[in-house]
Amino acid sequence: MDALIAQLQRQFRDYTISLYQQGFLDDQFTELKKLQDDGSPDFVSEVLSLFFEDCVKLISNMARALDTTGTVDFSQVGASVHQLKGSSSSVGAKRVKTLCVSFKECCEAKNYEGLMLCYRCVRCLQQVDIEYKALKTKLQDMFNLEKQIIQAGGIVPQVDIN
Amino acid sequence: MATKSTGGTEKTKSIEVKKKLINVLIVDDDPLNRRLHEMIIKTIGGISQTAKNGEEAVILHRDGEASFDLILMDKEMPERDGVSTTKKLREMKVTSMIVGVTSVADQEEERKAFMEAGLNHCLEKPLTKAKIFPLISHLFDA
Repeated sequence: MDALIAQLQRQFRDYTISLYQQGFLDDQFTELKKLQDDGSPDFVSEVLSLFFEDCVKLISNMARALDTTGTVDFSQVGASVHQLKGSSSSVGAKRVKTLCVSFKECCEAKNYEGLMLCYRCVRCLQQVDIEYKALKTKLQDMFNLEKQIIQAGGIVPQVDIN
Repeated sequence: MATKSTGGTEKTKSIEVKKKLINVLIVDDDPLNRRLHEMIIKTIGGISQTAKNGEEAVILHRDGEASFDLILMDKEMPERDGVSTTKKLREMKVTSMIVGVTSVADQEEERKAFMEAGLNHCLEKPLTKAKIFPLISHLFDA
């Protein structure tokens, strides 16, 4: 059993580090983990649930706004992107945040207009959608590893990223 | 509706202000940020209450009974934004320390206008213990 726990802990450690190295997560996620304690053992998953709810809602808003056959209000799209950028920044979702920065610049670009701007924004939106879903899957895998460690009777190791 | 949560002192040092825990009002329209800031305040030993926008924050102070050591004020909110709320609270003679919470995208002029509304200090999102802790400690030293 000890060998199993050690193996799971190693897997968890390596997987978590890879998420940072691949740019899925940044230091803000580490801050979230540090805030979690015995009194609030589900704090991180609670905050991440709020983040993924934000993603669904805001991406849906933006998709609707960009789907209009009439005039697209790019400032409204930009406002939703700004909100999503804020949320992703708060949870340490680095890749999503980076995409939101590009997306916002796209909304504010003065050298494109009409259909071309709409097309570029739609492309940005598609990338954000792909990226948040990829992050969600990665984090679910990480939490599954945590669960396996606990079920095997082990302790989830603190992972030092630096 | 504003909500309350009580801070614990299990593992971290409490910051005491005149022999009491710091009482904090978190004003933010984003439920994620409200939860995050609640937890930060809890882990540094404070107790917090939340308001979803500036209008709720003003209503809380209307009867003159509210007494917060610190107000964390988001800048961009519906109904009443952070600048307007800060101005209003100062007009109502609220003497709580008000710390504005801005976005990295905010321009310097916007931050300046926010400060001039009556903030004591301004911090950039995302907030962390490391950003808030020294600020509170310093400002409450006798």
